[in-house]
Amino acid sequence: MEKILELKNLKKHYPIYGGVFKKEINSVKALDGVDLDIYRGECLGVVGESGCGKTTTSKAIIKLHDPTSGEIIFHPKDHKDSYDIARMKPRHMKKNGLRSKLQMVFQDPTTSMNPRMLVKNIIAEPIIENTNIKGKALEDRVVELLEMVGLTRNHLYRYSHEFSGGQRQRIAVARALATNPEFLVLDEPTSALDVSVQAQILNLMDSLRKKLNLTYMFVTHHLLVVKYISTRIAVMYLGKIVEIAETEKLFENPVHPYTNALLSGIPSTDLDIEKKRIILKGDVPSPLNPPEGCRFHTRCPFAIELCKKKEPVLEDIGNHKVACHRKDEVQELISKKFA
Amino acid sequence: MKKIIETENLRTNFYTYEGVVKALNDVCITVNHGETFGLVGESGCGKSVTVRSMMRIIQSPGKVESGKVLLFLDENGEQEAVDLLQQSESYMQSCCGDQISMIFQEPNAALNPIMSIGEQVAESFLFHRKKSLSEASLERLNAQDCKVPFKGIFKNLYKKYHEDENAFVFKLLSHIPLLNRWDFLIRQEAFKRAVEIISKLGIPHAEDIAVQFPHNLSGGMKQRIVIAIALACSPMLLIADEATSNLDVTIQAQILELLKDLKKKHISSILLITHDLGVVAETCDRVGVMYAGSLCEVAESRELFGNPSHPYTKALLESVPKFHQEGALKTIEGNVPNLVTPPAGCRFHPRCKHRMDICDKEVPNLLEIGKNHSVACHLFGDK
Amino acid sequence: MIKNHPKIKELKFTLNRIFTNPSAIIGFSLLLFFIVVAIFAPQLAPPNTKSHNPYIVPHEGFSATPKQPSAEHLMGTTSGQYDIFYGVVWGTRTAFKVGLFVVSIAALIGVMLGVIAGFYGGLVDEIIMRFVDIVFSVPLLVLAMAIVVAFERDIKYVIIALIMVEWRNYVRVMRASILTLRDQDFIHAAKVMGVSDIKIMLRHIIPNGIYPVMVIAFMDIGSLVITASFLSFLGLGAPTGYADWGSMVAQARNYIVGPTGEMFKYWHTIIFPGGCIILFVLAWNLIGDALRDAFDPKMRRQ
Ligand SMILES: Nc1ncnc2c1ncn2[C@@H]1O[C@H](COP(=O)(O)OP(=O)(O)OP(=O)(O)O)[C@@H](O)[C@H]1O
Ligand SMILES: Nc1ncnc2c1ncn2[C@@H]1O[C@H](COP(=O)(O)OP(=O)(O)OP(=O)(O)O)[C@@H](O)[C@H]1O
Ligand code: SF4
Ligand SMILES: [Mg+2]
Ligand SMILES: [Mg+2]
Repeated sequence: MEKILELKNLKKHYPIYGGVFKKEINSVKALDGVDLDIYRGECLGVVGESGCGKTTTSKAIIKLHDPTSGEIIFHPKDHKDSYDIARMKPRHMKKNGLRSKLQMVFQDPTTSMNPRMLVKNIIAEPIIENTNIKGKALEDRVVELLEMVGLTRNHLYRYSHEFSGGQRQRIAVARALATNPEFLVLDEPTSALDVSVQAQILNLMDSLRKKLNLTYMFVTHHLLVVKYISTRIAVMYLGKIVEIAETEKLFENPVHPYTNALLSGIPSTDLDIEKKRIILKGDVPSPLNPPEGCRFHTRCPFAIELCKKKEPVLEDIGNHKVACHRKDEVQELISKKFA
Repeated sequence: MKKIIETENLRTNFYTYEGVVKALNDVCITVNHGETFGLVGESGCGKSVTVRSMMRIIQSPGKVESGKVLLFLDENGEQEAVDLLQQSESYMQSCCGDQISMIFQEPNAALNPIMSIGEQVAESFLFHRKKSLSEASLERLNAQDCKVPFKGIFKNLYKKYHEDENAFVFKLLSHIPLLNRWDFLIRQEAFKRAVEIISKLGIPHAEDIAVQFPHNLSGGMKQRIVIAIALACSPMLLIADEATSNLDVTIQAQILELLKDLKKKHISSILLITHDLGVVAETCDRVGVMYAGSLCEVAESRELFGNPSHPYTKALLESVPKFHQEGALKTIEGNVPNLVTPPAGCRFHPRCKHRMDICDKEVPNLLEIGKNHSVACHLFGDK
Repeated sequence: MIKNHPKIKELKFTLNRIFTNPSAIIGFSLLLFFIVVAIFAPQLAPPNTKSHNPYIVPHEGFSATPKQPSAEHLMGTTSGQYDIFYGVVWGTRTAFKVGLFVVSIAALIGVMLGVIAGFYGGLVDEIIMRFVDIVFSVPLLVLAMAIVVAFERDIKYVIIALIMVEWRNYVRVMRASILTLRDQDFIHAAKVMGVSDIKIMLRHIIPNGIYPVMVIAFMDIGSLVITASFLSFLGLGAPTGYADWGSMVAQARNYIVGPTGEMFKYWHTIIFPGGCIILFVLAWNLIGDALRDAFDPKMRRQ
């Protein structure tokens, strides 16, 4: 499979200033060495605890901030070369035509659109910025985009606040698609929407991906959503990726203890399905001072001495990649402990 | 079953430049003592407006047109109903946070960007727990190893504060620079309690977090701070508007667990608003489903998810991704109605698969169709 | 199509909000009255053809005792025999000149600096805000005195002094409003689209953050006239005989209390120019209030 993006040892530390002279006293290790390959045409789901760095990863990819260190290698479709965009200036990205290839749909459709702009201008803005389509052609393109996301020409001259949440998110999707991107970051695009609208947006996103051959990175808390839409899932914990696998494989056979806890906790409306829930105990560690060794050991039910000392690395075990010292025994341990 | 709060035919309108938004249409909800009541429904159906009307914090141009909000207070074993809509502002102020507490939907809007997290949580104690705070401060002053200058003066001040917090001295002091810091021990105590409650919500290093500002936290952490503020004074009724939407399942489970725990100990009831039907199914005792400003089905949780009766409830449940999802998700055809000109009759009729002639003419009433199960739909009209 | 254009709908809504507000109606009627007076000043109080500058109030004789209102001098004369009616009418123009000029220049400077400080943050912000702090520590009076000593007594220098202190308020207000906007998703979205910083400011930040500035600007127009009058009163503003309400009140200061037994004998020397100042300030404050209500985003449908 063809890679579209490669993250190599990506780090982002937010400095914390303190003291009289506002010196840097510590830093939030929001991302602490993330290695990730994203393949063209897939939908990579990213799940994990709140504050584990999902938004930070997506913002690094679309260049809303510069990472502290590491590489983000982008292989655009029609270019011969690939580019390391980790520290590229916005100006250069625009010049190379990379800016328009990486787009994002934000979580809250209400705040992600300028309340004083008409829908037409909201969608036209990226087109004007990145191409030189003008006048009638521009309007046609905007209408085409609107129709692509299930809205009509009648919606052109309205403000975003005149729409329902789901319609607003459709407009946001149309805007993100306006520049023919190859890669879309979707940071919890449905968490501000209710279930029936969520279903519409998910179906829309899924069909658009297939139609336009897009690649998604889908960040969410909702595991059933991610199961529905993603082809591959990465599980993050405290600034690191702890497990990556194809969706089916991950749900069938989760390996990392955190993934197991996560999947066992899915709230569901099927009240009759039997569930053995793994409730995690212990301190939730802080990204200010991440624990030594495996970052999950403070809450892991199966931690051993080794886990406190040595940090496990992401290893390939057939169709999974897992970072855990006890990856071979976890299943057994779970069935013993939570039977 | 003892009731704790009840709305009767609540009707709220918003007067906007597009016309009158009829956001609530005769909503009747009852929350009983000791139960968790879930309120679900499409975005914009009026869940937030319902609870905001109950707390009388409807933003203008909104107005509660008619109806009652009865809060049942225990007075020496007797239940006494107070209509909150008739009470004074100051009554509401002391009631909010103390008896009823609310977690707002947008954590960003609920937090003050220029105040540290800890102070914001402490604020709630300072407002509602003056007595116990001054008591604790007094205790600290009386301790042997306490090294505070002018100990005597402070002791007297705090004693006086404990007896009568509205005394003139305190009003005077609060206007004099420097001297208005006389209550620093109380503030410290409040801050200490704030840190405690923050750490209870599973935030690591609560002492470090407490001195940070909202923009330093991730979405989920902010959400938990908002929850901490609401829980600070262990209210009788907790209204949680989308309290756990931004949290991952492990933390969500932890917080729901905490809420359950607190419900047993302090809070007697919870009114939970959420999009996540899974959460509702697992935590709520009874559930109300709203559509376009009116209540269409109320039932016990098991009954609702096992035997949904209203066509809207059925459609809603079908649009949730299932664990064993096959094929595309089902969606509800059509759009949410514009509440400026809501459909006549049953507001769901333009999108309903079982529409009958009567549906666009008469508004269906909420009728009991089983034990603790009421539906507002003409399909069940003649039974 | 045009009729239902949302911008028009919104404008209608805003205007409706403003003009159903009684305080706005009073404010705008007062303002309208002052505007009419200012426009028709040459007709209402025709300047003496001999004098070059119509802003210099004509006077007949030099007697220090004010004269009572009469057919010839509708509002009487003040000490030095300056015609009060003339002064009040042409003073309206002075008031508008001072208010509008100072506020527009100061707001322009303040908004620009505030946007830059708020948007870029970091060192730029630090430098601008420290500079603002320094300016905040300079009292207006000292500045005005220095300027008047260095140059001469003239309304021009009052305006300059006021601009020099007034812009700092706008920097703070604008910066605060930018800071809340800066981290909103729609700004991030614009960045992701590759919109340049300048366009982001012009298209996204200023249109959304300008309202608090507009409201205080309106209120400031009124209060500036008071400040200018105050400077005139202290002898730091317009020279004697200039058609300026403040200096007219200043000229009347020895006649605030009349001779024994006739306490209020010279009421007209104070009431007319003083009343104008008060009404002028009131007008702008009422308008500012009404605008604040009308622009309040919470009041709109979100
Ligand atoms: N601007 C910032 N300054 C300082 N720390 C930050 C900043 N933004 C994020 N952080 C910290 O970085 C960590 C990761 O944040 P991030 O927003 O990526 O989390 P997340 O995984 O998206 O969480 P959530 O699911 O709650 O949105 C958090 O601990 C957060 O406190
Ligand atoms: N300030 C307001 N001005 C005008 N209309 C409003 C206002 N607030 C709410 N409404 C209207 O009231 C209706 C109900 O809104 P409400 O916020 O209660 O929805 P909700 O059920 O809480 O939705 P969500 O799940 O998205 O939070 C909506 O149609 C909305 O348009
Ligand atoms: S490495 Fe050890 S602590 Fe970490 S997840 Fe595996 S077993 Fe648990
Ligand atoms: Mg996030
Ligand atoms: Mg709501």
